[in-house]
Order: sequence, then C-alpha cells, then structure tokens
Amino acid sequence: MNYRNKAAEGLFFWAALASCIATIAVLGFMGILSLPLVTKGFFPDLLTGSWAPYYGHFGILPMIAGSFYISFLSLVISLPLSFGCSIFITLTQPGIPGKTLKKLIELMTGIPTVIYGFVGIFLLVPFVRDVFAYGSGMCVLSASIMLGLVISPTMILFFIQSIDRVPKTYLNAVDALGGTVFQKLRHIVIPNAWPGIMTGIILAFGRAMGDTMIALMISGNSIGFPHNVLDSARTLTAHIALIIAADFDSIEFKIIFACGTCLYFLTGLAVILARIADKKHA
Amino acid sequence: MIRQLVMIKKILIFFMIIVLNAGFCSAAGTDSLNAFRGEKGILRISGGTAHIPVMKEAAKRIMKFNPDIRITIAGGGSGAGIKQVGEGLVDIGNSGRRPTDAEIKKYGLVMVKWAVDGVAPVVNPANPVQSLSTAQLQDIFAGRINSWKALGGADRPVNIYTRDKSSGTRAVFWKKALHKTKISEKANFVASNGAMKSAVANNPYAIGYVSVGYIDKSITPVTLDGVKPCLDTVRSGKYPVARGLYSSTRGRPSALAAKFLEFLTSTEGIKIIKAKGFIPVR
Repeated sequence: MNYRNKAAEGLFFWAALASCIATIAVLGFMGILSLPLVTKGFFPDLLTGSWAPYYGHFGILPMIAGSFYISFLSLVISLPLSFGCSIFITLTQPGIPGKTLKKLIELMTGIPTVIYGFVGIFLLVPFVRDVFAYGSGMCVLSASIMLGLVISPTMILFFIQSIDRVPKTYLNAVDALGGTVFQKLRHIVIPNAWPGIMTGIILAFGRAMGDTMIALMISGNSIGFPHNVLDSARTLTAHIALIIAADFDSIEFKIIFACGTCLYFLTGLAVILARIADKKHA
Repeated sequence: MIRQLVMIKKILIFFMIIVLNAGFCSAAGTDSLNAFRGEKGILRISGGTAHIPVMKEAAKRIMKFNPDIRITIAGGGSGAGIKQVGEGLVDIGNSGRRPTDAEIKKYGLVMVKWAVDGVAPVVNPANPVQSLSTAQLQDIFAGRINSWKALGGADRPVNIYTRDKSSGTRAVFWKKALHKTKISEKANFVASNGAMKSAVANNPYAIGYVSVGYIDKSITPVTLDGVKPCLDTVRSGKYPVARGLYSSTRGRPSALAAKFLEFLTSTEGIKIIKAKGFIPVR
C-alpha cells in the first residue's frame, strides 16, 4: 500500500514539475527568440510605434490596444449575462428550466469558435454596419459581442459551481428571516461565492485574450490604433496569424515572438492584478 | 437525406468513371492524364490563393483517374508558399509573384510560370461607382476620399479591404495599380482571395482587389482609366495590373510533382486554366 502511495505521490510531483517547466520554458523560448529585436534597436519603438513594415516601422502598440479593448469589452458584455444566467439556474429556477438551460450551456462550451465567427460575419457584421453607418461593421464592438458569447459558458459554469457551494442552511436562514432574493444575493451568495466568481472571470479574460479566430474573422484586422468601439482593430493573436507567413529571416517573423511574449505578460499581469484586488476585497 | 443520396450518387459515378477509365484507357480527355498511370503517393501543395481554383480542378481530375494519388492543397498566401516549399514542408509552393532572387538562391527553387493573371479592383454590384481613374483609386486606398458620395455613390464611408504583406496579389496591386502609394491604416485585412471576394460581396460599401479569375456575378470589377479588367484586356496587355502565377519546387521536382506541373501545361491543363478565368502560358 505504502508503495502505491509513494508511486502516486511521485507521479503527481513530476506532473506538476513538468507543467511548471513547460510554462517557464515557453516564456524562455519566446524571450530568447525576440531578443534580436532588442539588440538591433527595435525595442522601444516596438511597444510604442505603429505597424508599417514597408516603411520600417514595426510597432505593435495598436495590436496591444486591440487585444485589450476587445477582451475587456467582451468581459463587460458577458459578465452581467453570465451572472444572470447562473442565478437563474441555481436560485430562481433550479427546476426543469434551470436544468435545461444548464445542459444547453454545457453544449455551448463545445462549439468551435470558428462557428461563432461565421455567424458573426453573416448576421452581426451587416447589422452593425447598417445600424451605425460608420465603418465596415467589422469592428471592436462586433468582435466583443461575439467573443462575449464565446466566453460566457466558461463563466456561467464556474459561477454555478461556486454558488452551489454556498451552504444551503445559510440560504434557508435568509428565507426564514423573510429576506428578499436581492438581499440573499447581496449578503449571502456573492460574498460566499466570490473566490469562485473571481476565478471564472480571470479564466474567461484569459480565454478572450487568447482567442484568435473571432478577432481574425470579425474585428477587421486594420493596423490603425482603435479610437472607438466602431473602429476596426487587430489583436495580438490575429497579428501573429496574419504575419506568420513572413520569411524566417525577416523582422516581421521575429515580431511574432515579441507578440507572444507581450500576450504572455499581459495575461499574467491581468491575473496578478485580479488576485491582488481580490485579496484587498477579502 | 437528399445530401446523402447525392453523395452516394457521386461516389457511384466516381467509381463508374474509374471503371470506364480502366476499361477504355484512351477515352477522350484522359490523354494528358495517362502520365499518372501507376503513380502512387501524396503531393502537398500550398501558397498563393489565386492558384487554388485551377489546382483543385487539376487535383480532382488526377485523383479521379488514379485514386492511389492523394493531392492536398492549402492556401496561406505567396509568402507562405515559397517559405513552405523552401523548408521542405510541401512539394509544390505557389506564388502569385516571381520568387525574389534571394529566395531562389537561398532555397534553390525551380519554378514554372503556367498562367498570367490580372488583379482587379472590385466593388459590390450594388455600388453605382464602377469606373475610376488611377488617381482616384490611389486617393481611395490612401483614405483621402473617404465617402462614396464624392464619387457619385451613396453617402456612406468607403470600406477598404486589403491583404497582408505576404500576399502576391497585394504586391502586384500595390506596385502596378497604386504605384506604391500609401494604403490607409483604417483598411480591413482579409487573408485570401476567397475571403476578399466574400467580404466585398457582402458589403455594399466595400472596395478591395482580387485575382481576375475570382470575379463572378457577386462582385463587380472597377474599370480603371477606361479599361475594364477581364481576360481579353489582360491578355492583350491593355490592362496593366497583371502578374504570372508561379509554382516552385525545391531543387528538381519529384516524379509526381514534375508530372503534376506538366499536366498544368498539357492540353487538358490549359483547358482548366482557361475555364477558371486565367491565361495559360505555354
């Protein structure tokens, strides 16, 4: 028996170690491959300038902004939606309607993002173009709405899990005291389920930052700095997808690694910030 | 259900053709295909998206004639085609521009130019603006003319669509139609000729550019300086924005690749090239 325990422990240790090393190795790999950009003097310009490869400018600031705008806005769109859905499923309609909705949402997690992309191109983009009469309809707003739909199932399922873990006795106590649903939410459910809710938001944000297909298909990929939600924009991930065909020796190809490093740090930073905010709250 | 029936029917026809071909080898139209008798193996092709219609049709006929041959065709753009064939990832790399001398030297490329193709500015068929001067075209793509109203069209902003730097279609359009003037930062980016076509076909306020072979009823070519881009004007040289379609191999082509490239210049290959809207080169 002891043996088995030891073997299992060893296995878990090595699994944990391997995933740590892989994560760090990826960062190291990207760092080393983007190092030539620093030594050749592209560095400060890289993070502040604009993208015009024909004129020797290789700045990725518009893409960093694009990534942030789109993922942040998609979070803003999907957060109330997800929160509402999870409350509906767990508290207000836990019977057949809630269960049906939950099954539907579980199904949604399995749909490939490219399908959302298609729906976006044929339904949402023409709609946005005609309603606002501003640009091509391929813009930050369209991409954010679609991306909001993509990330909401992750959030909803996380929210449900953490709300379910709130002790039933607490909820019964509120009912016994004659508390309203709103009071129940405000004083019992949200404070108790907060860590889980936070994790759901962080994971969803990571997914939004990392998604390539939606942005590539719907956001228009223009290289200009997006000034409002109806401007077309390019995310870091879409930028990588678009320039990956460049020659191995070209500066563009090295920029891919710089984009990757940026994406890595930005997502990491967002997680750390969220955790700090979370600590202060608790 | 109907789909399945059609599929079954197609498969039956497919087998019948094989049987017929085996029985009567010299049936009309298969002369050029005879070279593939007894061949076996996989041929991987990638790169320029203008090439795809011809490549697909040729591959279909070859695979029908000899099911032991598998031909895979991918897009990616001219840059990707040259890079992938150079790195040995594919057997044939397509490009809508001549590989540069540096690329030829670096990878030891051997190339075949098998068609001439025009690149035409295109708008949506609903757009009344269907004729432009070079100066107007430059102004539109630079963003100086930003409403269709200035050109006699609807009072809506111009939505510019362009391709990324690794596109051969972009390279020739930028050089020969825009004479290397600036393309607006607001332009939307699409990743292939096919994506360009569907973007313009779905947006009444769009302008973009595609290979002449891709033009059909869903998009309208813009008459440039009084010359309508079509097969005749490209062939006669009256429409100047044209380029060769190239297929390259690394070093001398393999037996199967060589036969495939020969097929493109055979009687049947030339028929396919013409049918798909390109001008064959002997």
